[in-house]
Amino acid sequence: MTKYITVIGLEVHAELKTKSKAFCSCSTEFGGAPNTHICPVCLGMPGALPVLNEQVVEFAIRAGLALNCEIKFFNKFDRKNYFYPDLSKNYQISQFDKPICLAGHIDINVDGEEKRIGITRIHMEEDAGKLVHSGGSISTSDFSAVDYNRAGVPLIEIVSEPDMRSAEEARAYLENLKAILEYTDVCDCKMQEGSLRCDANISLMPEGATEFGTRAEVKNLNSFRALVRAIEYEVERQKEILEKGGQVVQETRTWDDANGKTLSMRSKEEAHDYRYFSEPDLVPVELDDAWVERIRAELPELPAERQARLMEEFGLSKYDASIIVASKAMAEYFDEAVKTAQDAKGVANWLLGDVSAYLNNAGITISEFKVTPAHLAELVNLTKEGVLSSKLAKKVFAEMLKEDRAPKALVKELGLEQVSDEDAIMKLVEETIAENPQSVADFKAGKERAIGFLVGQIMKKSKGKANPTMVQAMLKDKLQ
Amino acid sequence: MKVTTQDVKYIAQLSRLNVPEADLLEATEQFNQILSYADILQKLDTTGIEPTPYVLPITNALRKDLVKEGATHEEALLNAPAVHNDGFKVPRVVE
Repeated sequence: MTKYITVIGLEVHAELKTKSKAFCSCSTEFGGAPNTHICPVCLGMPGALPVLNEQVVEFAIRAGLALNCEIKFFNKFDRKNYFYPDLSKNYQISQFDKPICLAGHIDINVDGEEKRIGITRIHMEEDAGKLVHSGGSISTSDFSAVDYNRAGVPLIEIVSEPDMRSAEEARAYLENLKAILEYTDVCDCKMQEGSLRCDANISLMPEGATEFGTRAEVKNLNSFRALVRAIEYEVERQKEILEKGGQVVQETRTWDDANGKTLSMRSKEEAHDYRYFSEPDLVPVELDDAWVERIRAELPELPAERQARLMEEFGLSKYDASIIVASKAMAEYFDEAVKTAQDAKGVANWLLGDVSAYLNNAGITISEFKVTPAHLAELVNLTKEGVLSSKLAKKVFAEMLKEDRAPKALVKELGLEQVSDEDAIMKLVEETIAENPQSVADFKAGKERAIGFLVGQIMKKSKGKANPTMVQAMLKDKLQ
Repeated sequence: MKVTTQDVKYIAQLSRLNVPEADLLEATEQFNQILSYADILQKLDTTGIEPTPYVLPITNALRKDLVKEGATHEEALLNAPAVHNDGFKVPRVVE
């Protein structure tokens, strides 16, 4: 049977974090009542003229630099013409043949393997309005209602090279891209609110082939899970067609998340003839070295640099560091906690272990996590100092999740301090030896395992509070 | 370059113009007349000349990122042929 290679390229639309729209002064705020952030410009009224928001250019340059792109000094806008009610002008202002950024890349790591994914281009454009379809879905609706609040919100479209070969690589690329956009503060990257959207071009080619197969473009991927599932579905669908000797149709498909499949989407717009031409209502934008270099100098620490710093400064493993830096909020939490923690690795273990588990379960992000970094640091310190065993630390953590309080106070209140007092432990050791002559005899007869039972008995007597290392050492000492 | 009635039909559809069948021949002829002007321009030697989409010596007409009130919701919908749930009501968008 023919083996197929999957070829994936992603087009990512990121809404820029400006206060006002790209070409008019309407608010970009998400979630306003329908058609309340609108004006003659974004409603496409005859005679209304667009004026470019300088922050859009600023953000596009910043994203381009962070994504290792070449920044083009001469910029102009173009009209992409199509009839679809999401834009009332019948064209979208975009950049066609002179995008602001070219030839960048992102490095990804999948299963320990490094790979560089090319970025073809980044261009500036405006977002479209939102259609609410009657009857629940686009295919069954008789009519739609359009809300133009989002029309004119600035976007950058980031187009990758078709360099990805699996759903995992696509996911890693999107995760890294999202982290970089968050770090540079150009986009809030809320996929569920649509401020970061992803379309995937997916095709298959027989192993050894030199030309890519016919691709399908899948839209409506608004989560990482949707991206991975849609790619997996498309690969199976296209494989089935090819194996039956058929041909994949080049088309736009939409991801139906509820049913877990992609569906052909035949729109009334003439998608293949956009008749681009230069936007006569906007003058060109010319950048210069001073402008670009100022932005380069102001770039914040990026995820890859931060990862290297966490490894070097705190001795974290590459894997741990990569997970912490994947989310800007998580990385900031870590940096805040290690200011007062005596054990950075301990902080990382908590974040990647119990904290992440709790966040996943609760379905929240670290920004909504109510335990403060200082309190987590204190918990780590209590463990490090031997006041809490790791088991008891988990108990205190469970209390902190109910209400964020200082762990020191909770330890006192719950009477959980680890007992490291030699006399107290010795008393327990002696009692236990007296109560378990058989185990003592077994140990003396060479049964090493008997000591485990005795330690267990002592811990039980202490209600888990005795310092286990001391118990072990003092018990051995006493028995020899 | 000559356009055919097929081209005119296609362009009319892209432009959402309704050109009656009876007018197609005339429209095609007019279309070709307009395009024949471009034929004159085509004769000029333009090698080495940069395309000039903009004739004004102006660049970087930019505004600060400040929010200003635009139109009210009611004003916005004044021109809507039909309204549904505070939105512009439009016909079915897929085939």
